[in-house]
Amino acid sequence: MGNEFKESIHKAVNNANLTGALGKFSEAYKVNRAKAYEGIDFEELRGRIAELKSYAASHLDELSDQFTKNAEACGATVFRTNDPEKVREYILKVAQQNNVKTVVKSKSMTTEEIHLNQYLEKAGIIVGETDLGEWIIQLAGQTPSHMVMPAIHMTKEEVSDLFSKEVNERLSSDIPRLVKVAREKLRPTFLAADMGISGGNIAVAETGSIVLMTNEGNARLVTSLPRIHVALVGIEKLIEKYADVATILKALPRSATAQLLTSYVSIITGPTPNSDGTMKDMHIILMDNRRSEMAADPKFKQALQCIRCASCLNVCPVYRLVGGHVFGKVYTGGIGTILTAWFDELKKSEDIQGLCIQCGACKDVCPGKIDIPDLIMELRRRLVQGQGVPLLQKTIYAVVNNRKLFHGMLRAASIAGKPFTSGKFIRHLPLFLADLTDGRSLPAIAAEPFRDRFKKSQQPELKEKVVFYAGCLIDFAYPEMGEALVKILNKAGIEVLFPEEQTCCGAPARYNGAYEVAEKNAIDNIKALLSVDASWVISACPTCTVALAHEFISTFESVGQTEWMEKAKELAAKTIDFSTLVKKLIDEGRLTLKEWQKLDKVTYHDSCHLKRTLKVSDQPRELLQRAGYEVTEMFECDTCCGMGGSYSLKLPEISGPILQRKLRNIKDTGAPIVAMDCPGCVMQIRGGLDQDGANVKVRHTAELLAEQLD
Amino acid sequence: MMYEQFKTRAEGVSAEVCRFSTKNEALVWLLEFLRRERIAGAPQANALWAECSFLDGMDRDTLNEQTGLKFEVTREAASQARFGISQMEWALADTGSLAQNSTAIEQRLVSSLPTIHIALVPTSGILPDMPSLLSRVNPKENAYIAMITGPSRTADIERVLTIGVHGPERLVIIFVDDLGGKN
Ligand code: SF4
Ligand code: SF4
Repeated sequence: MGNEFKESIHKAVNNANLTGALGKFSEAYKVNRAKAYEGIDFEELRGRIAELKSYAASHLDELSDQFTKNAEACGATVFRTNDPEKVREYILKVAQQNNVKTVVKSKSMTTEEIHLNQYLEKAGIIVGETDLGEWIIQLAGQTPSHMVMPAIHMTKEEVSDLFSKEVNERLSSDIPRLVKVAREKLRPTFLAADMGISGGNIAVAETGSIVLMTNEGNARLVTSLPRIHVALVGIEKLIEKYADVATILKALPRSATAQLLTSYVSIITGPTPNSDGTMKDMHIILMDNRRSEMAADPKFKQALQCIRCASCLNVCPVYRLVGGHVFGKVYTGGIGTILTAWFDELKKSEDIQGLCIQCGACKDVCPGKIDIPDLIMELRRRLVQGQGVPLLQKTIYAVVNNRKLFHGMLRAASIAGKPFTSGKFIRHLPLFLADLTDGRSLPAIAAEPFRDRFKKSQQPELKEKVVFYAGCLIDFAYPEMGEALVKILNKAGIEVLFPEEQTCCGAPARYNGAYEVAEKNAIDNIKALLSVDASWVISACPTCTVALAHEFISTFESVGQTEWMEKAKELAAKTIDFSTLVKKLIDEGRLTLKEWQKLDKVTYHDSCHLKRTLKVSDQPRELLQRAGYEVTEMFECDTCCGMGGSYSLKLPEISGPILQRKLRNIKDTGAPIVAMDCPGCVMQIRGGLDQDGANVKVRHTAELLAEQLD
Repeated sequence: MMYEQFKTRAEGVSAEVCRFSTKNEALVWLLEFLRRERIAGAPQANALWAECSFLDGMDRDTLNEQTGLKFEVTREAASQARFGISQMEWALADTGSLAQNSTAIEQRLVSSLPTIHIALVPTSGILPDMPSLLSRVNPKENAYIAMITGPSRTADIERVLTIGVHGPERLVIIFVDDLGGKN
């Protein structure tokens, strides 16, 4: 990570205005969005959007041709190009041929993408942004920090300073007054402009129409008052059918601003008359700029399903801390990282891809059904493939890939590390070895790992067998969680098997883009876990569960590993998380808890992987309630705790505040216990509460249940 | 039913909604509204009415003499008018939106430049939702389809909702039961 980048993060997280505004906004957004979608089957809706956009992405050429034919039949001129330079030249040519002096623009990310304003201004043309937010940042000489609300990072005081200069009058920071000033100031600009430039929210191939949406009404003026209209449209905005406009319009305003519909929607199909009776000179530019290449990439084709609603930014725990500018000059947030890597260059995403903590919150709300975290992982993988793994990491991974050596070092650390055990809490284990080398505080490693305790323990001989996959954290840091699990399963008449050859699940390597290491880990584990006969493979760590149930397969797909694919699928089908299996056993009457006792209040933290990848959130709550705990919900119970494996090491400045927010929400419930299903979250949250001094116990659900067996 | 739903949704986004059974009643109310809002012949106080079927058979000269209402829509006139009056053919019940074929620029001028936009809508033009609108309005015959949902708004400064940026700051919707309509 470059110093300049670190510096920009530092500046952002210490900008109280920014983090305050974004924090409040993101909290309100979630509530308002849910309200806007009331009575709508979001999954069904986004299924349709994903389908129609994905169809379009695989027929870009065809749809471009069809669009061109239809729009031209209505009298528009259509220009198609892959090259941003050609777009700029074309617009300038049209302007010069028509003696254009001033241009008014409505908001368009595509024009930002090609830095159109600067180009036209250099040629002596006056370019006026008319979207209020865009105008503000134009006056401030800045770039947008959010795709829908470009000036969200600015305060009303800053805006009033800018406007005061513009109108030569000292203005107060009264917002309605500032908005009036903008209206009055921009009105003559609209009336005088010779050319209007817009983007396009949707382009319909079947009819040659473009759809424009604004709340302020500026796009109506931009497309009505000047005699020339140029619409710059990225080809990912193409859809085939006119009727599908309704599908996108159902989701876009709801997701973008929690509105049922934006104030103004215009569907424009060819030129319309000007007020002097002449016809408008209408140009539509279909810009590719690597979008076709993206469509041809089996992994990234998905990203073309984006309808640019920016809801992925609004729910992102990292975005709400650092804002948009850290991400770059044009596209921001998770999807912005992906678009920057393609429309600009892969190298430009090197730093910003690291901002993603892989919590999956964006994926849950994306109306285009894009797996944003997965695509960011893929960027990571390709970056690592191109540049190789840094030497230090390579050394670590060499260790992780050799189970005996790796476990040996962990054992050694439990002894040698003692003096350094200042913070009692370890980071994601294989990465903690990196810490060892740079002399950072060493976490406590259990004096006796689970695998040793297990060997000594006595289990009754039982008919049904289940394989337990411990994962590094439970094995070497929290063996008591593993013991709780064994106790519970034994009680249900199940014998636990622990194949000793099991090793790291590969998640740390994978999340750092080192897929070959993850591949080796996967194969070792498949061999070990399928070596014995058992009805399930259970894990009490959601990150590991996701690795076993999903990521071994996708890692193999990414690196082209076919030999082990069948086995990976076999393992995936057998894998189950702790709470789901225990809930099942109780439902089947095979396990009983001491029921209906009156126990303490508990608040439950949803781990990212459990809630959003494995879709498990009711089971642990029901189990706790059954045991007699009173579950009180905290605010944002399913927002990331900031752990993210090695993330908390690499970006402590971001991880820290995310954790603090989580701790506040936990403490606000007044519950003396916070439960969760993930040892990684336990480590992060226990570490935080320990520092904080708060009297709240942090427990894995397995531990709490093991105490309440009948 | 659909009217009630429309009214709730439109008022939810700060539009003002009323309904009359006849054109005549609607006109009386409209003129009273203009008077109450102090219509005058001078710029920034006058009203501009775009061509529509509501005006069929009306005596425009008398209206002009009595109230200063003007019917010749130009850019200049629209940018100076305080009131813009037009007829919107359709209303969407589930979002509280109005829709019209705005290919004639006069329709757009009176609904976007003045401070107050008054929209006359045939009650029979209320449709349940967007799909039913799109299935009726072919873009090949309607070059500029305009939808309007509430007045112009922004939240670009500190996310505070503020009404009336580039478009009207008030949207007054008058449903008329005997206005016919395209349904
Ligand atoms: S996965 Fe989480 S951190 Fe990553 S972009 Fe999405 S919301 Fe942000
Ligand atoms: S990626 Fe999804 S959530 Fe993000 S802007 Fe695109 S459509 Fe919206």
